[in-house]
Amino acid sequence: MPIPILKQGSFLIATIQSAMSDNDAQRLQDELMQQVGRVRATGIIVDVTALNVMDSFAGRTLRTIAHMTRLRGADTVIVGIQPEVAFAMVQLGLTFEDIHTALDLEEGLAHLTGRPVSGGSADDH
Amino acid sequence: MTTEQVVPIGCADDIVIAREAGRDLAGRLGFSLTDVTMIATAISEVARNMTSYAGKGELRLYVDSRNRRSVLVVEAVDQGPGIEQIERALEDGYSTSGGLGLGLPGARRLMDEFEIRSNGHGTTVVMRKWAPRGV
Repeated sequence: MPIPILKQGSFLIATIQSAMSDNDAQRLQDELMQQVGRVRATGIIVDVTALNVMDSFAGRTLRTIAHMTRLRGADTVIVGIQPEVAFAMVQLGLTFEDIHTALDLEEGLAHLTGRPVSGGSADDH
Repeated sequence: MTTEQVVPIGCADDIVIAREAGRDLAGRLGFSLTDVTMIATAISEVARNMTSYAGKGELRLYVDSRNRRSVLVVEAVDQGPGIEQIERALEDGYSTSGGLGLGLPGARRLMDEFEIRSNGHGTTVVMRKWAPRGV
């Protein structure tokens, strides 16, 4: 099942479905790498809210996406890791120390735009 | 519940089928969502080991009972070349395929019990997780 990628301003938003196979993950990586250049994206959000298992392959692919796209000038944020998925990831040894994560899509967009999510002033942009 | 479920593992999509089957069974046994997720993750890792190293194999899921408590059992059986250095394969970060080397040691941490046997004719991994009491 191909993963839909949406363009919003200079950001790309990929929404992962529950049953992501290794091939889907691989295809997402290729797709995002191409699209970063094509649409001149500066930010990428990978929404994993629906993903109920993050195994080492999926984790490695997301990390590769974050690292590769950074080299192309885009900042990647992984959003929506579910609590039980986070727990299993820690047991597995997958920590995502070197990539940006955010609670949900809203927080992820806030991270990319540098705006606070709610309250406070958003006058810096 | 003694019926065994066998999921043939031959390609990446089978890994998804195997972990979904594990989720279903674990859910029926009354495991918490956290446990269900840990079981599905461990299944994903051992299933991928089969596609990566043996090409194919079989994943068996069944329920055992010990001291009147249910145990979910996952058996991953393949006829691949086997693992030469089992001790090393159970270390974090050791991989001969360019992976992260988290598969087997990670699966061992995610489950309650973990056994592995391997020789030149194949590898068998048996993992168990105790079901919550009163189920």
